[in-house]
Amino acid sequence: MEWINVILQGVLVGGLYAMFAAGLSLIFGVMRLVNIAHGDLIVLSAYVALVVAQTLGIGPLTALIIVVPVMAMIGYALQWFVLNRTLGDDLLPPLLVTFGLSVIIQNGLLTVFTADSVKLQAGPIEVATIRLAEGLYVGVLPLLQFAVAVAVIAGLQLIFYRTAIGRAFRATADEPAVAQLMGLDNRHVFALAMALSLAVVAIASVFLAVRANFDPSQGPARLIFGFEAVIIGGLGSLWGTLAGGLILGVAQAVGAHLDPGWQILAGHIAFLIVLAARPQGLFPKVRT
Amino acid sequence: MTVRVAFGGRGNWIGAALGAIAFAALAAAPWWGGRDDLQLLSEIYAYVVLASLWNLLAGYAGLVSVGQQAYVGLGAYSLFALAILFGVSPLWSIPLAGLIGAGLSIPVALLVFRLRGHYFAIGTWIVAEVFRLSASQVSALGGGSGTSLPAAVVIAIAPTRALRDFTMYWIALLLAAAVLALIVLLLRSRYGLALKAMRDAELAAACSGVDVYRTKFLVYVVVALATAMLGGLIFLQKLRISPDAAFSVNDWTAFVIFITVIGGIGRIEGPIVGTLVFFALRQTLADLGTIYLMMLGLVAIVIMLAAPKGIWGMVAARFGWQLFPLERTVLSGERQQR
Amino acid sequence: MPEALLAVRELEAFYGDFQALFGVSVEVARGEAVAVIGANGAGKSTLLKSIAGLLRARSDAITFAGEPIGGLPAYAVAARGIALVPEGRGLFPSLSVEENLLIGGQLGRPGAWTLRRIYELFPALGQRRKLPSTALSGGQQQMAALGRALMANPQLLLCDEISLGLAPIVVREIYARLPAVRAEGTAIVLVEQDVVQALAASFRVYCLQEGRVALSGAAKDLTREAIAAAYFGV
Repeated sequence: MEWINVILQGVLVGGLYAMFAAGLSLIFGVMRLVNIAHGDLIVLSAYVALVVAQTLGIGPLTALIIVVPVMAMIGYALQWFVLNRTLGDDLLPPLLVTFGLSVIIQNGLLTVFTADSVKLQAGPIEVATIRLAEGLYVGVLPLLQFAVAVAVIAGLQLIFYRTAIGRAFRATADEPAVAQLMGLDNRHVFALAMALSLAVVAIASVFLAVRANFDPSQGPARLIFGFEAVIIGGLGSLWGTLAGGLILGVAQAVGAHLDPGWQILAGHIAFLIVLAARPQGLFPKVRT
Repeated sequence: MTVRVAFGGRGNWIGAALGAIAFAALAAAPWWGGRDDLQLLSEIYAYVVLASLWNLLAGYAGLVSVGQQAYVGLGAYSLFALAILFGVSPLWSIPLAGLIGAGLSIPVALLVFRLRGHYFAIGTWIVAEVFRLSASQVSALGGGSGTSLPAAVVIAIAPTRALRDFTMYWIALLLAAAVLALIVLLLRSRYGLALKAMRDAELAAACSGVDVYRTKFLVYVVVALATAMLGGLIFLQKLRISPDAAFSVNDWTAFVIFITVIGGIGRIEGPIVGTLVFFALRQTLADLGTIYLMMLGLVAIVIMLAAPKGIWGMVAARFGWQLFPLERTVLSGERQQR
Repeated sequence: MPEALLAVRELEAFYGDFQALFGVSVEVARGEAVAVIGANGAGKSTLLKSIAGLLRARSDAITFAGEPIGGLPAYAVAARGIALVPEGRGLFPSLSVEENLLIGGQLGRPGAWTLRRIYELFPALGQRRKLPSTALSGGQQQMAALGRALMANPQLLLCDEISLGLAPIVVREIYARLPAVRAEGTAIVLVEQDVVQALAASFRVYCLQEGRVALSGAAKDLTREAIAAAYFGV
């Protein structure tokens, strides 16, 4: 029973990791860009949520209404003015520019908010639990977080495969020059993709902010978790990314249960095992 | 008809002359400089080495690693372990630490080489994190908070403090010169030609008979060796070690990448120029703390967008300078007379 | 002489330092079919890419419906009503046949060509609409690429070597559809190495040789010898 609880907690937090990963995976799928500042943008978004919630006196979930569009606009502008210039065959420019961005965001947040860790209060929902079975309790918030994660992945899947903009994303990713012939401005398509990615980041960040304390230095760890989830799940598949997040969450939960100091290490080891045994990931999308 | 290959022209002699003068002047530093100067110079050498090695990996072998701090830390921890736990002489521990680093780099490479491009980059970062977290679990070396070098080991370096400073300074200078020389020699060798071919067009290089995988592997291990040695030396000088310091992404990767970017990737002179610029900025601006770091990030972004070949890249393109000439010119020999 | 729909004047094109076109001038009237022939490397594809905006040109070197479009990027040119069927077809591998067609109509310009009409024109596509575009044969892919361009309801259709790599019978099948396209009033520029088909389908011909127009005139007026001379530069 104890172990079931552990695994359940791992699954639920895995949803959060899947959300971190979804934004990363989307960007890489559309424009072959790995955003090193992704984790820092999650943290930035958490601070935005904090400021919005505290200034307006509203709850975190309500704050989403403002935070999501704000982050989406930041994403669009970031891609349009900065990251679009780095795209190309060489992978160094985007890597280095996003690395620079990561440093700027982290230190900017440090300057404005100091290194003190903070947390977004959500009220009584934070401690509410539901009893699933004898001795098996699950928090309402983690459950909600998991449900939202699944909804986000399903939503992205819908956008990519059932809408015109999704077609535009896939076509531009396939053949950017030919996509132009269809009347699609690549710069705009990429900027929309980044906006979407940061919208997902915004949702994830609110749950992150409510779940535990955060501070400006936590970005890189979120990036790594997101990345590990993508690799474990397999490139190119959004549902794979969800699976990857869940597996990572469970690995960490198991590790933490054995020894609290092993939590993150257990996740890394799970990642390395997948890398060693099945480098293409567990559910890769096979492209003909 | 015989064919000879020559390197550069006038630049050859200028570079060699400048190098010799610089080396002599720097070797004499213990006499004209104070303790602080020696420490600063040692730091500069360290970063020139790290940047040159990263340049070799990323600019030439196409292996963009964001995890070289793994080997800095590995070398440092190996040295401390050897010196403290096994009583090996600290100075001899430096090359030994290098060998340990190289040895561990082999299974690491086997793993991370399964990833490509950006994913390879982050994969190397994760490996470094694994090393860092594992080091925190080693209580014999202080666990998460680290440990200091015991007095007995410190004395074993050299009997007096001045002598210790001089010895470690010269080792640092020697290591830097050796690594630079090694890189130049490597790039002028057959392997160097292979690397340049791989950098420019990997598929074409493979078709021309270059064993891409093996060449990359070799470069990765050699760089790990040098990095681990350097890591051991750096922390020997600091006399103290901790997982966060030894495996710091900021200190050993972020700054290194910025240096290489600012200086110019894919050119030997780049890391040197970049290091000098970096330290000039640091000496003048470091008081600004986080603002300084933000400015570094901004400078790196601006340069990457505006001058992707870095400062030296711009200069070299404009004026065609080369201090360490690598461009090969084919000179045909005598024609056969009938 | 009515004002030309497309007017290319003294067009120069470069790939880096390499000059591919040296002052090429071409005109296409509304609803007209024009062939551009020439040997490999003569500059035919370069001409189409310049018109379509994939290669930048001098702003006034290319005029469409009276407006200079030479300096416009490809997506803006497409928005003006020019559709290119690219060399090698350029279908999107991640998209199904139907999705490829749909994205052709991304701009939403109203006109005669709808999904239903494309499937009428090319029944083979209708039968395979949900398949990934990579599952089609060469001829079917060419039809899909053509259909995709038509979905934009263009005023000018540029076809870059649509016969390339296809068996003659398949080529005839595809060319047999072109009259239906012309019937809607769309002007067509056919770039071809297959001279026979191109001449049969067009009213006027330009022959390019090493980046210059070596010969031009009405298809029926040009003799085989004249064309061969221009084609090969003999």
